[in-house]
Amino acid sequence: MTLPDPDLIQRSHAALENDILQGALKRATDTFIERRREAITSVADWEALRERARRVKEHTINHLDYYLEQLVAKVEERGGKVYWARTGDDVSRYIIDLARARGVKSVVKSKSMATEEIELNHALEAAGINPVETDLGEYIIQLAHEKPSHIIVPAIHKTREQIADLFAEKLRQGRPNEVAEITAMARRRLRNEFLSAEMGITGANFAIAETGSIVLVENEGNIRLSTQVPKLHVAVVGIEKVIPQFRDLSVFLRLLPRSGTGQKQTAYVSFLNGPRQAVPESGFEFHLVLMDNGRTRILADEQMRESLYCIRCGACLNVCPVYQKIGGQAYGWIYPGPIGAVISPQLQSLKQSGDLPFASSLCGACRDACPVAINLPDMLLALRAKARESDPGRKPGERTAMRAFGFAARHPRLFALGGKLMRAFARMLVKDGRIKHAPLHPLSDWTDYRDLPAPRGKSFRERWKKNEGE
Amino acid sequence: MRVSLFITCLVDQMFPEVGDAMVATLRRLGVEVSFNDAQTCCGQVAFNSGYRPEARSMARHFIRVFESDPADFIVSPSGSCTAMARNFYRELFNDPDAGEWRDRFSRVRPRLREFSEFIVNDLGVEDVGASFPHRVTYHDACHLLRELGISDQPRRLIRSVRNVDLIEMEAPDTCCGFGGTFSVKYSEISNAILQEKLARIANSGVEYVIANDSSCLMQISGGLSRAGSSVKTMHLAELLAKQ
Repeated sequence: MTLPDPDLIQRSHAALENDILQGALKRATDTFIERRREAITSVADWEALRERARRVKEHTINHLDYYLEQLVAKVEERGGKVYWARTGDDVSRYIIDLARARGVKSVVKSKSMATEEIELNHALEAAGINPVETDLGEYIIQLAHEKPSHIIVPAIHKTREQIADLFAEKLRQGRPNEVAEITAMARRRLRNEFLSAEMGITGANFAIAETGSIVLVENEGNIRLSTQVPKLHVAVVGIEKVIPQFRDLSVFLRLLPRSGTGQKQTAYVSFLNGPRQAVPESGFEFHLVLMDNGRTRILADEQMRESLYCIRCGACLNVCPVYQKIGGQAYGWIYPGPIGAVISPQLQSLKQSGDLPFASSLCGACRDACPVAINLPDMLLALRAKARESDPGRKPGERTAMRAFGFAARHPRLFALGGKLMRAFARMLVKDGRIKHAPLHPLSDWTDYRDLPAPRGKSFRERWKKNEGE
Repeated sequence: MRVSLFITCLVDQMFPEVGDAMVATLRRLGVEVSFNDAQTCCGQVAFNSGYRPEARSMARHFIRVFESDPADFIVSPSGSCTAMARNFYRELFNDPDAGEWRDRFSRVRPRLREFSEFIVNDLGVEDVGASFPHRVTYHDACHLLRELGISDQPRRLIRSVRNVDLIEMEAPDTCCGFGGTFSVKYSEISNAILQEKLARIANSGVEYVIANDSSCLMQISGGLSRAGSSVKTMHLAELLAKQ
């Protein structure tokens, strides 16, 4: 049997060896699981709410063209500009051109997975524009030159001590000791950035087709400032973020904070309806960049379409036994956990991240936690099949073994004989009543960490034949 | 009441005593038990590894074996293998031209039962007359719990065992890290998840860990044995066979 992607294995190994990371992950995921459990008890019928949300998403995604056109018409009616971006490069190019045309040198950004996905900051920096992340977690990640390790808590892998050291080194204003000192230090720095920035870039949690509104959910208030202080606001929004009506928010605004941070309500919810003053002389502008970047490919695949229902709450990460152990960065891209293992191979390629769906025990805790009940284990299984079908030359040993096993399974006598031979082989490895060390893959991968029981003398079918005298 | 055993490959090859315990328990409850030795594997390993054509061929064999079986129920000592047939065969036969196999499977599917589900739901029995004077805890196997929705039946059966002390561990419903080929492909991660489970088992202070899936039990007992723990594992069927 050939081994899977060594990078994923190596990255996981590094994460598992890192005691500080293990402590941070355990504290954070335990806390989020507990808070979520408490928060959902305040909803009378949580399951019914999930079902409603799923139906809204299903309907919207099945009629995405209609709702996107409605959204665009409404945004333009309110004086906003809309750009349809097929790729991440198209997004970056549009924003850079816009920045140059308006003489923008410095940009404040709010937390946005869409812009992380396309590495917008790199593109801006290369064009001589300075992007500053204003979400505290993202600010930390930017200072550390890292990638986020969680969808809603980007610096979940860092401890307070590590952040204090980072601030002392990068900001050179002493070492903050308390959490309050850390936030105060970031706040002082970021206030100046807000005041001097000429453009604010955000994502969106929801875009409402009926009203042309962009809805943003946050706790820090930095989104308010990013969208209200600079004259120019650009929202980069994946096309799957649209929902039909304002009233649909009553479902999603109850689900999202409870599932994500375990809050009944976030500190701020912003509704943005076009530029602040829809008259050209005011100088205020709002640009909506609708981003495809692989999403229409998912849309075209009926089997995988429901992965577009995701509202990026991160609940599936927190409950995932694999994520709890290896953290976000081991996944190799910005979308970690079960949803990452589902969408990364689709947004990137099976060749690039097709091993991710295999790095799961398929326990299904993610499906139970998902506020829109995405059948994540099913998606992982479907991607495993796609990975094997799309690359028949991969893992020749495993494929041959599966074929041989499949053949034997259709021939009961051969199957029984094969089992007998395997047991005879395994019995040779027994020491002190158990197998502690096996010489060959995949058995040796098992015995690297666990013992195997000594095989019994007879299989069940042999015992049955003997006992029942058939 | 006639039951045909669906003995999983793992039980057949590695844990035949679980099959024996099933037979003993079911017969004690007055059930007529048979075993069709043409059965092999349900195809889960191939299916979960992405080899759907191979899984399909094994599923067809499974259907051929059991469609003509006159038993009232087909009962298995595994939530995972029951879920494979009951929930996932649909995905193997969802092509328009797989109509024949969908029809043939429809004669098998309604009779498929997991062991604890069968005793509690179909036989209406909770007290099977077992006795076991030990402290035990119950591990929820993931597919049993989340694919089949079974968590209450095994606990009822355990509580009805005489002299047994069922102590719930913290988060009994979290994965043991087995996950089929995941346990060898990503053995280090699998083991890290297992260690969390073992810590919770140790904290519960029990002598035995009970579950309905030999795969989880192999993972848990492999970890316990490696750590030199005195805690033992036991399939629910073995517990119910104790007198």
